[in-house]
Amino acid sequence: MAEVVLKNLSKSFGENVGVDDISMTIPDGAFVVLLGPTGAGKTTTLRLISGLEKGDSGEIWIGGRNVASETPAQRDVAMVFQQYSLYPHLSVRDNLAFPLKSPILRTPPAEIERKVAEVADVLQITHKLDNKATALSGGEMQRVSIGRALVREPSIYLMDEPLSSLDAKLRTDLRVELKRIQANLGATLLYVTHDQIEAMTMATHVGVLNEGKLVQFGSPREIYENPNSLYVAGRLGLPRINILPADVFGNVPSGTHQIAMRPEHIAQGDGLEADIQRVEHLGDHNRLHLNLRGHAITTIADPATDYRPGTQIKISPRSPLCFDVDGNRIR
Amino acid sequence: MSSFSVTEPSNRAKWFAGTLVIVYALVTMVPLAWIMLTGFKSPSDAISYPPKVLFEPTLEGYVNLFTTRTRQTPEFLDANPPQTWYEEIVREYDMVIAGPSKFGERFLNSVIIGFGSTFLSIFLGTLSAYAFSRFKIPFADDLLFFILSTRMMPPIAVAIPIFLMYRQLGLSDTHLGMILLYTGVNISLAVWLLKGFIDEIPLEYEEAALIDGYTRFQAFYKVVLPQAATGIASTAIFCLIFAWNEYAFAVLLTSGTAQTAPPFIPTIIGVGGLDWPAVAAGATIFLLPVMIFTILLRKHLLRGITFGAVRK
Repeated sequence: MAEVVLKNLSKSFGENVGVDDISMTIPDGAFVVLLGPTGAGKTTTLRLISGLEKGDSGEIWIGGRNVASETPAQRDVAMVFQQYSLYPHLSVRDNLAFPLKSPILRTPPAEIERKVAEVADVLQITHKLDNKATALSGGEMQRVSIGRALVREPSIYLMDEPLSSLDAKLRTDLRVELKRIQANLGATLLYVTHDQIEAMTMATHVGVLNEGKLVQFGSPREIYENPNSLYVAGRLGLPRINILPADVFGNVPSGTHQIAMRPEHIAQGDGLEADIQRVEHLGDHNRLHLNLRGHAITTIADPATDYRPGTQIKISPRSPLCFDVDGNRIR
Repeated sequence: MSSFSVTEPSNRAKWFAGTLVIVYALVTMVPLAWIMLTGFKSPSDAISYPPKVLFEPTLEGYVNLFTTRTRQTPEFLDANPPQTWYEEIVREYDMVIAGPSKFGERFLNSVIIGFGSTFLSIFLGTLSAYAFSRFKIPFADDLLFFILSTRMMPPIAVAIPIFLMYRQLGLSDTHLGMILLYTGVNISLAVWLLKGFIDEIPLEYEEAALIDGYTRFQAFYKVVLPQAATGIASTAIFCLIFAWNEYAFAVLLTSGTAQTAPPFIPTIIGVGGLDWPAVAAGATIFLLPVMIFTILLRKHLLRGITFGAVRK
């Protein structure tokens, strides 16, 4: 396991910017989640670190080595591809053993067998070990591809949406399992996801990317509670953060163009009147969809409350986040 | 009520297609069957008219194919009774076996040259196809067109220059010369066919192998090659069929050491009358290797092994 440092890393594909001047330190043993929409540069960042792409400029340091001249094999990274990329001509067992048999690792056969069995057990694919890789369901393929990374103990694990095509229960199980493995091994992990729960529960650090730029890097809590731009505020949070023009409630610092409030940051019983349009009873809380002077707002209420659609409720913001015309935070 | 499906062909269509295939198979099989039968006929049965479908089989054709024979005086024949079953067969014509014919050698030449050039075509073709498929090569399209253009004229058009060139280089009537020649003709086919197959193999497999600790060549060897097996097998069959059957260059460039079976078989006709059963026997044996090779590789031809393990 090792620390990975990116220094002013840039990469473009012709006209398209892949990654734009990213600097980031992934501490040894950290679980870093990259967030961002499609095309933000998440996958390109992983590919640059793995050595599958060569950067246009900038440096990558893995465990204190500048890896510019190293091949993917020499960099000692493991990667889980979004498209699984299982070797179709091999069985599940041979797929899992493939990295261990590489000329770089040269693992003894008994050790290979032990590790494959161990990983297969964790990922619940023991009964499929002798299947062809092509004779698996999508979720099983994804587990095998995670397993192919986990059999190794590389400097860093790179994972590109590894849980995206699993069903809800398995995803929860594996999320917990991955976090446990990472914590036990002290592994360094760089993880791409769209899933807020994965980001919030697993990450020690979250990096938010926008059009190839790293716009904020910090703990999940910091990103959630203290975003430095409207863009970052919108990346985390479900239901999404509510964004309103600054003049709706007034009482904001000068220069404020818009304010943003998390659903849980709206006080009820005081302030402006809003129409209740829909109420969702989610068990542990109720979700209210409101209309405030033409603006849609989502907030949450105690499960004991009994709001009805068509009635009205008074709301006011609780310490809203303020942003200027460019979407930058005003503190 | 008859079932109706958009994708499933109707029964009538199936019957029609089936009949067509069977008729076509019969038309192509009859000459082959005729040759194989003729190999087991006696010379008189072979040329009888109307042709005999039922006849007493004999191995005379095969014996004549593999041996040279001389006529002997009755005294000699009486003094030396036949020792083996094949000596008995030739004794009917008052002949004795003088020694083996050249057919064995010529057949072996065909095997060496046919399989040698097929191996070389596939070896070079796979490597170049991989390079064209995966690397940025300057003028790649022009190079590929140039490679293809070598097929745009009948190879025999350059027979005279090649004949002169080979004489100068000392490649006439050598195994190496024939292997190089057939490889030269086959390589364009091999590169184009194999490039198509390798293009179909997603790049992600090699990337995964690179990260799993393998070098580029090892990734090629362990991941790309097994998946290209289908393409390699079918390309190999095409290459072998060409090199195996080639006649014109073989006549022109070989006469002794490196002569292949195709120019040799007709020469049987000139030895002691029109020995059609021996010619038919030679043709039958000559057909076998390609048939066996194709049957052995059939498994790869029919199997699509690259489906499904990459999410698209």
